[in-house]
Amino acid sequence: MRETEILVIGGGPAGIRAAITAAELGAEVLLCERDGWLGGQLIKQTGKFFGREYAGQRGFEICADLLAKLHNTAKIDIWLDCPVLGIYEDGVVSCQKKDRLEKIKPQRMIIATGAAENFLAFAGNDLPGVISAGAAETLMHMSGVVPAQRALMVGAGNIGLTVSYQMIQSGVEVAAVIEAAPQIGGYLVHASKLARTGVPIKTGYTIQEAYGEGKVEGARIMRLDETWRPIPGSEEDIACDAICLAVGLNPLAELCWQAGCQMELIRELSGHVPLTDENLQTTIEGIYVAGDICGPEEATTAMAEGKLAGANAAASLGYDTEQAQAARLAALAELGELRAGPMSARIKTGLDKLREKGAAKHA
Amino acid sequence: MLKQDGIPSKEELSRVLPSEQRLAQGPVVIAECFQRIPCDPCARRCPRGAFSIGEDINDLPRWDAELCDGCGDCIALCPGMAIFGVDMTYSKDQALVSLPFEFVPRPKPGQMALGLDRGGRELGWFEVADVKCGGEGNKTYVIALKAPRELAMELRQIKAGGYR
Amino acid sequence: MRIGEHPVLDFDRGKKVRIYYNGQAVEAYENETIAAALHAAGIRRLGESGELHRPRGIYCAIGNCASCLMTVDEQPNTRICIVKCRDGMRVDEQRGRGVLKV
Repeated sequence: MRETEILVIGGGPAGIRAAITAAELGAEVLLCERDGWLGGQLIKQTGKFFGREYAGQRGFEICADLLAKLHNTAKIDIWLDCPVLGIYEDGVVSCQKKDRLEKIKPQRMIIATGAAENFLAFAGNDLPGVISAGAAETLMHMSGVVPAQRALMVGAGNIGLTVSYQMIQSGVEVAAVIEAAPQIGGYLVHASKLARTGVPIKTGYTIQEAYGEGKVEGARIMRLDETWRPIPGSEEDIACDAICLAVGLNPLAELCWQAGCQMELIRELSGHVPLTDENLQTTIEGIYVAGDICGPEEATTAMAEGKLAGANAAASLGYDTEQAQAARLAALAELGELRAGPMSARIKTGLDKLREKGAAKHA
Repeated sequence: MLKQDGIPSKEELSRVLPSEQRLAQGPVVIAECFQRIPCDPCARRCPRGAFSIGEDINDLPRWDAELCDGCGDCIALCPGMAIFGVDMTYSKDQALVSLPFEFVPRPKPGQMALGLDRGGRELGWFEVADVKCGGEGNKTYVIALKAPRELAMELRQIKAGGYR
Repeated sequence: MRIGEHPVLDFDRGKKVRIYYNGQAVEAYENETIAAALHAAGIRRLGESGELHRPRGIYCAIGNCASCLMTVDEQPNTRICIVKCRDGMRVDEQRGRGVLKV
């Protein structure tokens, strides 16, 4: 059985940042990543970031810097191709490593497993060619493969807008972006750069059906009224060989459930999330969380949360130096700043609800 | 309407467009930035301090017509690709419009490119005056196009490929 | 189809290899996943649903969902979206739940 001071589960932006922060403070860290590479979804993002620390840098460039830092930090051991399978009552964690079952006994744990893309109910949604927006991004940027000739994007949040733009960069014709809400959910600058290439963004529209013989050949979309009901007679056919779904994410929190963390269903945080305190510690002492598992947000906030969880986990082990305090305060300030704008209103409402549940539990 | 289709309305644009007077004085940049998001490279990187964001990084950029000399350094730096350059004094009868570009193939100076407005509608063919890389490692290019003055505030994109 | 020139990225595809989809040879690269290679070759059908035998293709492409399970070198239930191509690999459509080769 492998012993370690801190086990970080998940090698995306939150997990990497958590590992670096904790190790820099002196803690011994083991980082487990299910894939054969690190970087999570950040490694495939080609758009430029907003925020302060990383503004203007592209996602994969930020990822490269983060990985360089990770590999230059002492006291971090990395296990790739190593999915964590279970967390047991006695604090032992099991994982699969090179076709063997390995056991790990950590003193602290930071779970940063991210989120998964949602699916959507409509007729024909199981036809080959109905793919997640992230799948299109993965095909393009990890393998250099064109995902479709002509695609329909469902969802005008940041993922739907940016992946549509990326598809054009890869030579795909984007037929339209449809969005059920009456307004665009993502950043308007993303919407505008798409609109001026001639891609229609149709708010108040839903997909009714995907059709085709054995694979997607087209989609039928419909307009929605103010009560989100489809308007009869408003059907339009869109010829396409891919329908990309960008209809939100849900936290990958199975390990938290299994560990017995108290879970709360918070709509604004996109599903069940672990109840946490201001240190990002769950209701199980020694188990921390960071990133999209706390409610899907941006990579910038995931990294800040990673820093916060890493600093707190290290501090709780006795590495409670001025440096730990400084890292903690810097992460909190960063989160405060990133969430100050109107685009974070939903997340903030969700986090407030979560804190209320926490307060109710203490009372 | 911007929030419905990504295309800013005349009213929305009127909040960010420079005055006729200022346009007549020489080149400017225009930040078509309408939404509070956490972002500040324009303010941080302008060599003349023409953009300022203020305390809250989410605030909209404020542009100083006197400080901006239209150098256009910010065009390829804006992560939202929302800054454009306009020089109404470019020549006797033409303006110069500079826009950020991230598609391939890129046009070459001297070629004609199909110009598009903010909604992707075709405006006709425009001569490419300059194609400039946004700086070392920056894959955003800046394309400068000669345009009749009356289209300088419409032209915001070119169609990738099909240059002549 | 593969991306030729890209405005932001350069692709390091690695060595060209050949994999076999239901016995049919498919050109692939060692740095891409089986799912990517099949997609590039225009193959969308990867399997079928258990009850109604409806065709199945990729969905998430990162190992979260189970839409792309195939039999790879006789191992059933392989998520082909997270397994990289190796020369000579046999990728077969799976009928039913498959039997693990021990």
